[in-house]
Amino acid sequence: MQPQIKPPKSEVRLMGRPVPMWLAALVPLAALGLLLSVFVFGNPLALFRSNIPPAENLSFERIQVTQDGFRVTLVNSGPVPVTVTQVQVDQAYWGFSMTPSNTLPRLGRAKLDIHYPWVVGEPNVFRVLTSSGLTFDGLVEAAAPTPVPGLKQFLAYGLVGVYVGILPVMLGMLWYPAMRRLQHRWMGAILSLTIGLLVFLLIDTVLEGLEVAGGLPGAFQGVPLFMFSSLLAWLVLVAVGSSGRGSAADDPEKARLYLAGLIALGIGLHNLGEGLAIGAAFAVGAAALGSFLVVGFTLHNITEGIGIVAPLIPSRRDDTEAGRTAPDQASPRWTRFAGLALLAGAPAIAGAWIGGFAFSPILATIFLGLGAGAIWQVIVEVGRLLQRQGQRERTALVSWLNLVGFLAGLAIMYFTAFLVKV
Amino acid sequence: MAQGKAGWEPLSRRGFIKTGLLAGGLATAVFESGRLGQASDEQAQALFCPVPQPDDPPGHEGLGVVGEVDHARNGFDPTALLTDWDYGTVSVLPNGQTLREYNIVAVDKEIEIAPGVFFPAWTYNGRIPGPSLRCVEGDRIRITFSNGSSHPHTIHFHGIHAASMDGVPGVGDGMIEPGDRTVYEFDAYPFGCHLYHCHSLPLKRHIHKGLYGAFIIDPDPEKYQGQDRVAARSRNHTFPENADVHEMVMVMNGFDTNFDNENEVYAVNTVAFEFMKHPIEIRSDQLQRLYLINITEFDPINSIHIHANFFDYYDHGTTLQPTLRTVDTVMQCQAQRGILEFSFAGFEPGKYMFHAHQSEFAELGWMGFFQVRG
Repeated sequence: MQPQIKPPKSEVRLMGRPVPMWLAALVPLAALGLLLSVFVFGNPLALFRSNIPPAENLSFERIQVTQDGFRVTLVNSGPVPVTVTQVQVDQAYWGFSMTPSNTLPRLGRAKLDIHYPWVVGEPNVFRVLTSSGLTFDGLVEAAAPTPVPGLKQFLAYGLVGVYVGILPVMLGMLWYPAMRRLQHRWMGAILSLTIGLLVFLLIDTVLEGLEVAGGLPGAFQGVPLFMFSSLLAWLVLVAVGSSGRGSAADDPEKARLYLAGLIALGIGLHNLGEGLAIGAAFAVGAAALGSFLVVGFTLHNITEGIGIVAPLIPSRRDDTEAGRTAPDQASPRWTRFAGLALLAGAPAIAGAWIGGFAFSPILATIFLGLGAGAIWQVIVEVGRLLQRQGQRERTALVSWLNLVGFLAGLAIMYFTAFLVKV
Repeated sequence: MAQGKAGWEPLSRRGFIKTGLLAGGLATAVFESGRLGQASDEQAQALFCPVPQPDDPPGHEGLGVVGEVDHARNGFDPTALLTDWDYGTVSVLPNGQTLREYNIVAVDKEIEIAPGVFFPAWTYNGRIPGPSLRCVEGDRIRITFSNGSSHPHTIHFHGIHAASMDGVPGVGDGMIEPGDRTVYEFDAYPFGCHLYHCHSLPLKRHIHKGLYGAFIIDPDPEKYQGQDRVAARSRNHTFPENADVHEMVMVMNGFDTNFDNENEVYAVNTVAFEFMKHPIEIRSDQLQRLYLINITEFDPINSIHIHANFFDYYDHGTTLQPTLRTVDTVMQCQAQRGILEFSFAGFEPGKYMFHAHQSEFAELGWMGFFQVRG
């Protein structure tokens, strides 16, 4: 028998005596508590704040227009509690009631109800006075009743989502048979076109996300939140990709489907952001103009369908490797297409619902961040595909044909965006 | 200072309209017979904007402020200020001239100018407006001014006096430092409805922080004949005819609570909507005489309009006959003032409104009611 060898154990010793591990772990915490209590009870910073009034801060999170007034959601985004004392609507003091309390703790929320005879389509300016006389302003750009959830409304917003998300993607996919019949040297151009439109969507999502993030109260750290969401989406997709690639590598068809799914996911996250914006715009009373906007988005998003199915077109080399002879044998089943269309388009429906009924800039920031990160990874993946394709076809990655395709993608998105941008 | 940020607007209205116009042309071309394109505005409105029912309790409705100002904590009641005259400590000088001695102290004080809204004010004698000094033309006026505030202040009187008594920086005693005192002394001329205010620099800040008050010099009937003498007896507080008149002083002021050089609160005698909540009691058998002074900072003019009635107006109060007859609105630039005379004799009892006829000022606090009793 071999003698028992004790595993080497690192020990904490105090004056030669061993200290239990839990106690050692508590030491930094105890020290932290001590230091904090010095600050809290000793108030060594009193010197700095002797005469400075507390920097109150209030943010208007949401203004809902009700039948006979407004419901305003306020957030205290400053370092001290804030007491709302009076409210002006359109430069006139107006009666109001607040729940749960007129005093908002740090990061606390309160609802402000105001009975006010608003006029349809006219702007309303809100000014909230705190006990120290500081003022914080909010704006309804055009008064119209904010929708409340109901079956009919739910369906209507869903229909908007379908028109903005699912239908254009499906329409775009209908080009698949035509694309398959294209000569193979055009395939690189079509993948480049996909990259072009994805690059447009990336820039669009980042700008939109930064704008929303910038509007968040400082305490929520909007821009970092946006960036972390992007990082999260990107890394998750990288992880998913590296775990899924092994099995997909043997079967080029599977790999292509995987890539198409990835593109659909990225575009879906982007469409979620689009749906949010549209739903929120409808909610602030732009319903009459909304149908034009919906048509605009439908045209704008048709290209997305092309992008999703582009990697599904098998290259000649793949076919010969797989022992097939004709390119039209490897068409995926229609259910696959339906699934991809849902993945890319359905988030627009969810976005329209969230934007219309429960718009939250924080959620919007997170979703747009996720979208940006996902689209980035999708660009990388399509780029890889294009590169492999180029190696097989022995053409350059940035050939003239590919460049034209890329620019065409950008241009289509840019000009159709005229329909939906300011 | 801190201006609130408006909430994030997902798509601006203007952007929406542009979008609509641009997309509209294309859309009508492409989807001429499409269902979406055909839906009327009303249908779309009904679908996307159903009218929600309010689920909050009634009450707290309409124009005005919510809550009550604690006058006891402020140390003054705007209604009491209407008729709170400071005649000074009266004595007779060896030459027979009446001497009136006043004590005014500058004090820093938080004033509740609307329910719950506290303004870090500078005051004369702890109130805004400061004491309504009242005297008779020709009286000797001696004001001992002590500065108990944390900033240098002065008192500058609108009236006739020596340059050294003018209460402006660099002349006479100039700015009075915290803890210091000075004496302003002069003969009260001309009779009228005047004012005094701090003239320290920056002037705008020192005025809008609350350092001002009424300075009323009554005419001396001995100096006038006929109708003028009758009028002077009515105006002069030392004559019994004056007791028949209901006299009030209203100082039109404003407060910039967030220091952005615009007023958040307008009022007469400081507290927003005070006379909406507590109408001024008026007897219909009494002549009403209103000493009106405009000291509103930041806005070029202020005004008063009295509902359902007309008044005679004495600009600056320096005449014994009206300078304007039968008007129901009058405007004043900053430091302009005048006397309004009107009556509700024969009027149906009830609440008669008065307010600035700049609707903005009115709805930001400068409006009130006369409660006319039979």
